[in-house]
Amino acid sequence: MWVLDTVFSLPVLVIALAIVGLIVARARANIAAGGDIRTLAALPRAHGINTALSVLVPALASYALLSLIRLIGRQQGTEVLSAGTVFWAVLAIAAIGCLGAILRSSAGFRARLASEAWIRLVLIAASSVAILTTLGIVLSMVFETLQFFRQYDWRDFFLSADWAPNFRGNSALGILPLLWGTLYISFIALVFAVPVGLFAAIYLSEYAGPRMRSVAKPLIEILAGIPTIVYGLFALITVGPVLRDYFAQPLGLGDSASSVMTAGLVMGIMLIPFVSSLSDDAINAVPQAMRDGSSALGATRSETVRQVVIPAALPGIAGAVLLAASRAIGETMIVVLGAGAAARLSLNPFEAMTTITVKIVSQLTGDTDFASPETLVAFALGLTLFTLTLGLNVLALKIVRKYREQYE
Amino acid sequence: MSEMANSLLVRDPRTRQRNAAEKRFRTYGQAAIGIAALALIVLLISVVSSGLGAFRQTYITLEIPLPEAKLDKSGQRDPAVMAKVTTFGYAPLLRDALLQQLEASGITTTLPGKDIGALLSKEAAASLRDNVLANPDLIGGTVTMDVLAEGRIDGYFKGRVTMESAALDGNTSPEALRIAQSLADADVIETRINWNFLTAPDASDQRPEAAGLGVALLGSLYMMLVVLVLALPIGVAASIYLEEFAPKNRFSDLIEVNISNLAAVPSIVFGILGLAIFINFAGLRQSSPLVGGLVLTLMTLPTIIITTRAALKSVPPSIRDAALGVGASQMQTVFHHVLPLAAPGILTGTIIGLAQALGETAPLLLIGMVAFVREYPAPYSEAAGLFGEAATALPVQIFNWTQRADPGFAERASGAIITLLVFLAVMNTVAVLLRRRFERRW
Repeated sequence: MWVLDTVFSLPVLVIALAIVGLIVARARANIAAGGDIRTLAALPRAHGINTALSVLVPALASYALLSLIRLIGRQQGTEVLSAGTVFWAVLAIAAIGCLGAILRSSAGFRARLASEAWIRLVLIAASSVAILTTLGIVLSMVFETLQFFRQYDWRDFFLSADWAPNFRGNSALGILPLLWGTLYISFIALVFAVPVGLFAAIYLSEYAGPRMRSVAKPLIEILAGIPTIVYGLFALITVGPVLRDYFAQPLGLGDSASSVMTAGLVMGIMLIPFVSSLSDDAINAVPQAMRDGSSALGATRSETVRQVVIPAALPGIAGAVLLAASRAIGETMIVVLGAGAAARLSLNPFEAMTTITVKIVSQLTGDTDFASPETLVAFALGLTLFTLTLGLNVLALKIVRKYREQYE
Repeated sequence: MSEMANSLLVRDPRTRQRNAAEKRFRTYGQAAIGIAALALIVLLISVVSSGLGAFRQTYITLEIPLPEAKLDKSGQRDPAVMAKVTTFGYAPLLRDALLQQLEASGITTTLPGKDIGALLSKEAAASLRDNVLANPDLIGGTVTMDVLAEGRIDGYFKGRVTMESAALDGNTSPEALRIAQSLADADVIETRINWNFLTAPDASDQRPEAAGLGVALLGSLYMMLVVLVLALPIGVAASIYLEEFAPKNRFSDLIEVNISNLAAVPSIVFGILGLAIFINFAGLRQSSPLVGGLVLTLMTLPTIIITTRAALKSVPPSIRDAALGVGASQMQTVFHHVLPLAAPGILTGTIIGLAQALGETAPLLLIGMVAFVREYPAPYSEAAGLFGEAATALPVQIFNWTQRADPGFAERASGAIITLLVFLAVMNTVAVLLRRRFERRW
């Protein structure tokens, strides 16, 4: 109960302190002004705001810091700080901030500058959330992955072609079949999405009139706004059965509705808007003068596109394809619902295969035991996935950036 | 040289070839647009056609006698005592009522009584029991109730189950469908709009006819609140710093690189982060909307930051110069002038970010939101704290239903997708309208 009361009342107390501080500091500034507000270095309002911020910002920061210390302590199995200590420490810091700011609010005090310094601090803290998130992602996976490699040889993980987890132990946890499934499905998706997306972008930016564009562009954008679970269900109830009944079974290639082809095709549809909008940007960045020059030499439009626009936009298009590939590798719901769960190294696209993301989901849902390699392997898979996609993203951004400098 | 003489009047083969290539190229472009449009149309038709059924439900109207001897032997009408009679005690009452109804409608059958009772949903006995416990005075009399029909009977009236498929199905029979048809002819069975689909909680594997989205919608709503309250202020603050204040140094570069990379990190990785940091390390509760909201916040932040920065950038520098010129500080310039002008753009970006978060599934699977939850989660409870009670979310509920064997759940999943798409369409339309209404060209 004591803990609960702490959690419940600390924010209330701190906010109350801030409000009290705001009122008192404003009143003090008004008194110091003695009826003539021009004698003050800052408006009474600024004194109030400065006091409130002097309470809230340090209190929030100290609460975050102390909680972190507490959690780390609990992770080591020792109670470094009790909940009560945190409570009183934060409250004391808030009170000190309140009192200090009130005492400082005299006629000569530049309260607006002080309050702006606090706000600036808050802004910096907010932007470092991005860094903290990346740090959190890396740390959360690195520690568990290291623990995994203590229990399971890393050579077996990276080089074994055998995936057979067994919750009684003695599992084979080789990443190769998962990696193969991931790359195969992504490859099929890209083979479908890149030509369609690229031609759609070329048509929209080079050929289509404004009316066609006003219809086709939103249409493609709708595809981008559809959640992946919808694509997953589409693969499961429509595309999978159709491919099985009309292609796989008549051709004697397999009789599974979930297959590399199913997941790849549906993922390809998902990637069309991605490829097309990024290529569109790249194509539009090519200066009009280059097109005009080509036309003036007697080239047809398609010759201009093929021989002038595309080569000029190539780095941007390559970046788009790489980003699409990274999207495909990290996609989860479509493959969970469309690709199957069997780890297999095969060339037949109508067979069910599985991917890294599917196995992360299956190893981490349900009853999990965070000491067993069967669960911990998910973190190693996650780290591999993160590294893979990060590499592709960095490469793509580098290519795109290098290209942009040419025309600006 | 002699061929050149007529070159302006007659197309030579090379020109013809080039023009044909031009035409082909154009056709490829049209084909690409066509493929994209076709994919969208097929996808929407397939989802809508298989999901509309979820919004209609088949009910059987029965007059059910409630004998005191079976339901309340003590005769005191004390709900606590009456609760000892489980749903198994109520099932025979329903079956008898149905048999009586068959007799009254003049329907004869060879089907044994047990199979006739199976025309009713297993949920029917539970809802009758709830009804009786809530109104103990009903006992001793007769109550008229619309009870749920079993999933396959329901499917028959929606065209999902046919006589042929029923003959192959161990759970139903053509005879049962024939009885259902005669009952429908006698106006005892009716298929009508089913608002329970949006309000009822999930139901177990055996009873797709009773499953609803209530808990999932509530869970999604809580998560969206968390995302809105956290992601909007943090995102706007970060954007303001990066766009208006950040000096060109290593730290700013680091943040920039981080944001652009986070935007492209696979969503499932955020699920791993949530599991490892928020649940295992910080000790927050599994399957709680709070953890889900935190994970989705981190996921949407890059989106919100990128759109907010674009909105801030579109405010012309002359506005800033004017404010600075009359003596405003940099902070005052931003908060009094730039931010209000950029607000419509920020709002649009936020709505789009929320829409993205609403449809996200993968990270929520890892933080335990796939659990089977039948209790409506309260926003606050003493034991679980703020948004701490277990819940599911709309997209996760869809995934959950696709994993169940009964084909009735496929219809439910598609119906849930229609619901999800309607929400997304509304959010995106609002965003577009806001942009149109408030967008300023400088």
